[in-house]
Amino acid sequence: MAGPIMAVLLFFLVLPIVMIIVVSFWRATEFSIIPAFVWENYEFLFGSNVTYRVFFNTFKYAAITWVFTLTIGFTVAYFLAFHVRSLTWQIVLFLLCTIPFWTSNIIRMISWIPFLGRNGIANSTLLSWGVIDEPLEWLLFSDFAVILAFVHLYTLFMVVPIFNTMMRIDKSLIEAARDAGASGAQILWNVIIPLTKPGIMIGTIFVVTLVMGDFITVRFMSGSQSANVGRLISNDIALLAYPSASATAVVLLLTVLIVIGILLRFVDIRKEL
Amino acid sequence: MEPRSRSFYVLSAFFALFLLFLYGPTITIAILSFQGPGGGLTFPMRGTSLHWFRDLFEQQAVGDIWGSFRRSFALGLMVMVTTVVLSVIGGLAFRKKFRGSSLLFYLIITSLVIPSILVSLGVGLIFSQSGLNVHWSTSGFGSQLTWTLPFGLLIMFAVFNRFDKSYEEAARDLGATSWQTLRHVVLPIIAPSLIGVALFGFTLSYDEFARTLLTSGSYNTLPLEIFGMTTNVTTPVLYALGTLTTVFSLVIIALFLCLALWSARRRARAGSDAGKGML
Repeated sequence: MAGPIMAVLLFFLVLPIVMIIVVSFWRATEFSIIPAFVWENYEFLFGSNVTYRVFFNTFKYAAITWVFTLTIGFTVAYFLAFHVRSLTWQIVLFLLCTIPFWTSNIIRMISWIPFLGRNGIANSTLLSWGVIDEPLEWLLFSDFAVILAFVHLYTLFMVVPIFNTMMRIDKSLIEAARDAGASGAQILWNVIIPLTKPGIMIGTIFVVTLVMGDFITVRFMSGSQSANVGRLISNDIALLAYPSASATAVVLLLTVLIVIGILLRFVDIRKEL
Repeated sequence: MEPRSRSFYVLSAFFALFLLFLYGPTITIAILSFQGPGGGLTFPMRGTSLHWFRDLFEQQAVGDIWGSFRRSFALGLMVMVTTVVLSVIGGLAFRKKFRGSSLLFYLIITSLVIPSILVSLGVGLIFSQSGLNVHWSTSGFGSQLTWTLPFGLLIMFAVFNRFDKSYEEAARDLGATSWQTLRHVVLPIIAPSLIGVALFGFTLSYDEFARTLLTSGSYNTLPLEIFGMTTNVTTPVLYALGTLTTVFSLVIIALFLCLALWSARRRARAGSDAGKGML
């Protein structure tokens, strides 16, 4: 019965990965790509300083975004799970958090333009308050904008799994902790956070892989001024340099899989569903 | 009930700010799409008008928007139906261990975490090297499935993990065939979650960008069209389009949520005749 799914994944996931690995050893001319078995794409990739800078940038985006999405996502989930008391309200507020997920990411990125632009809301507000004398130039088309967009797009992926695990925490454990004299902070630190770890890990997997594999947010929000690995790949594709794009893609895939492999040691996804 | 602690109010304020952060920008462009004809991409508003919406309906003023909308809609429906059917079948299959089940499970996880551009690149390469034409309804369709199927399947795994098998046993004891059990017992019970899977299938496909980038061929889907516009359109017509498709998404979401609510109610009402027996 699992046949149809196996077929879809074989043809549209496994085969494309195999194809990318194969093509990463091919040669490219200006107009076409030629089957071969050469290491030059990888040699070029690892011989270039740009590669290391761009990979560093990718990890930097992932790490900073992770910190913000985790902090915000945990706080929101904690509020929903432990401070909102009626189930109806929990569902309503939870849905409010998830609805943007089902709308277009591109439009959600575009919608930062009037806010962050040179004459945007942020700058004019700060100017009128007298906080700054000249419009800030680094609001839009900068690393700041990239991180802001990532947090905006992906915090939800933290909220959902963390909220899900928090809802499964037996409330009597918290009562027991309180009866034993624990303060609110102690309950949070010694009871809730340890029990929420699986949710945090699942959220982390989502956020880290989405940020590491992204190229469009970085391109759009940095105004093509910053790069991550995804952009390196998409630039090569735009130049029809498929072998070189494939080599970068293979290295990116390995990096992502290693990161996920490490994270999966901390959580059994099948048990958490 | 205990009185609200101070942290409740602090957290409520935090939550309100979070919602503002989530919805603020979208609401801003919704307002700005009503700019007057002389208005620009940011405030101040230069009058209010429907000018930019009218612009959208003028033929070919800004690319093939309506064609791309029709394609995205059709593709969304195709992906939705396929995702629901395959997720149910897969969910049922995974209730028993079978050969290769953990391999398939890891493939599903890989499908979820693999950078989208790799799927786009790989599928594009396969089609171009084997001499096939990429098209949104073939290569684009398959690429999108690698994104919607994992969501659908994970939802189904969660549903079947909580499924009470005694309902099926009862049906079987009453002499139902396995098809009858599925049709009259299992499917009605899981119906509300299927609506959730359908919602994921449609909206994820409708908004997908990276996986269709190299696999949709010469006919763009709507997100590709919108992204193309960002590089050469500098008028609020972009916002008008953004507002319109967001409203469309919201209508779809509301539709699915109402459907889910209705089917949950129906299940609660018609699901059991306990206590209504032969008195």
